[in-house]
Amino acid sequence: MSKKDKSGQSLNQIKASTNFVFNLVFLILAVMCVIPLLFVFSISITDEEVLRINGYQMVPQVLSTSAYEFLWNERLTILRAAFMSMLVTVVGTMLSIALNTSMGYVVSRRNFKLKKIYTWMLFIPMVFNGGMLASYVVVNNILKLNNNIWALILPLACSAFSVTICRTFFRTTVPDSIIESAKIDGAGQFRIWLQIVLPISKPVMATIGMFAAFGYWNDWFQASLYIQDTKKQTLQSLLNQMQKNIEYIANNPYGGLSLQEYKLGMPTESVRMAIAIVIIVPIACTYPFFQKYFISGLTVGSVKE
Amino acid sequence: MKTNEMSGGEKARIRKPRKKRWSKDDTELFLLSLPTLLWFLIFSYLPMFGVIIAFKVYRLSPGGHGFIYNLLHSEWAGFGNFSYFFTSNSFTMLLRNTILYNIAFIIISASVAVGGALMLSSMRSKKASKVYQTMMFLPYFMSWVVISYFVYALLTPERGYINGIITAMGGQPVMWYQESKYWPFILIFLNTWKGMGYGMVLYLASITGIDPSLYEAAVMDGATKAQQARNITLPAIKPVFIMMLILDCGKIFNSDFGLFYQVTGQLPASLYTTASTFDTYIYNAIQSSAPIGQTAAASFFQAVCSCATILLANWIVSKIDNENRII
Repeated sequence: MSKKDKSGQSLNQIKASTNFVFNLVFLILAVMCVIPLLFVFSISITDEEVLRINGYQMVPQVLSTSAYEFLWNERLTILRAAFMSMLVTVVGTMLSIALNTSMGYVVSRRNFKLKKIYTWMLFIPMVFNGGMLASYVVVNNILKLNNNIWALILPLACSAFSVTICRTFFRTTVPDSIIESAKIDGAGQFRIWLQIVLPISKPVMATIGMFAAFGYWNDWFQASLYIQDTKKQTLQSLLNQMQKNIEYIANNPYGGLSLQEYKLGMPTESVRMAIAIVIIVPIACTYPFFQKYFISGLTVGSVKE
Repeated sequence: MKTNEMSGGEKARIRKPRKKRWSKDDTELFLLSLPTLLWFLIFSYLPMFGVIIAFKVYRLSPGGHGFIYNLLHSEWAGFGNFSYFFTSNSFTMLLRNTILYNIAFIIISASVAVGGALMLSSMRSKKASKVYQTMMFLPYFMSWVVISYFVYALLTPERGYINGIITAMGGQPVMWYQESKYWPFILIFLNTWKGMGYGMVLYLASITGIDPSLYEAAVMDGATKAQQARNITLPAIKPVFIMMLILDCGKIFNSDFGLFYQVTGQLPASLYTTASTFDTYIYNAIQSSAPIGQTAAASFFQAVCSCATILLANWIVSKIDNENRII
């Protein structure tokens, strides 16, 4: 009740002691979320001998760049995997934006003749799907996309959820008058979508694009099902393979060593952590800037019709 | 006179959409939606017909025909594939694991998310709150493969950080990947840890949307912070909470494959009964040479149960509180 005495803004603030406790709780949680990353980085720059003797330490005792030197020597494998990851991410994200926004725009048109059918068509996949096996059979046996990078791109390109986000956005933000006047000027629907609706819908494109980009970059599951060819591995599937078999990466020995000698000389422990770092850094550096789009996507998606 | 004409014209305009013929606009819109329509037919609807596989004994027909030809010419199995799956040793274990883990995940994640959002929204420094949110959002963007490396660094028996601490304090090192008793806790912890930032931010977004005058009025009436939370904030986030609950119920027969398979280290035999779910079972069956019909039966069972639970959850919500159903 004493809070009442204070004026204005501070009237409804929590007590300083409570505020301190809350800060402490979140500080602990936040550190818990970030520390594994620092830990893995610290292992990747620790000397291999020290790792073998002392185990993993939070603070590296003897610094070494041997893991990164090793990755540099294996750069053909790493760069090829990185290139595949980028290719899948870029092509997939663009395709995903195109597919989701075009359908979103179509179902946002109130007097479209097939609107009812389309609404049902989008609703059914939200509650029922054929299951993991049936999807696998479609991609693997019917489309025959095994070992083809389209197997990584197509299955994740679209979702009823993303289409709904687009539809809600177009309904609430794009004024009908703009579309009507464009129609009067003789623009077809394709042109209206591409040249009028999309340019003023950057926030929703960013949201859909970010969901897609992070989804593609982080995908290892599709790769583990469909890609066996080592030349078509993405970074995530390389990391996945290395968990099963650390020597996986050591396919091309250099400097006249036999494969056996080469494997023995490999800084195995720090190398696996170094690859994890190679994957995480692009994400960790970009997500704080794109976070707001995720949040807007979450809230837009939760607007029901 | 004039008004009569006007209303006549208006009536015609109102009636017009109903009688509307297929127009050029419709053709254009249809063509614009065609690529996505094809995507849905191939990747959403075609798998639904995969249901047939579950009722067949799939056999390669002589002559090198395609998959569909072989499938249609395979013998019917009736419910044979299903009864094989239901009577197998794994079925009860899979059902128990999948459902119990999901129930634990739903309860713990929802409490952490709502509690965290309430705390974040009442913090004095908005800047600090933003920094915490960003840091807690990080695990959400990591794939389970990457997280499995974090876990490996902590738990691997010879070099892991945790065993390092245990031995430094004079204890016996634990063979983490062979001791099944710890894994329910590890899995629940990791699931909470990964989704916590996302959940808090989701609820925080709906809390910041609440009209501040409600709180001002409450303060005037002498409501404490706890009373405000109970009477203003919680009712305001109820729609989002219920929506998330229904969606989570729809996933109760599914599991996050990466969590159960990657993080445990490809699900070693020692953890098989603790961490197997329908998804890991089906994945292993795809990778092995198990008869495709039996795998399809398991997969189909999972899909039907998911559909049933989401509809059931929505139905229950519609009975209690019709406003908040999502379908």
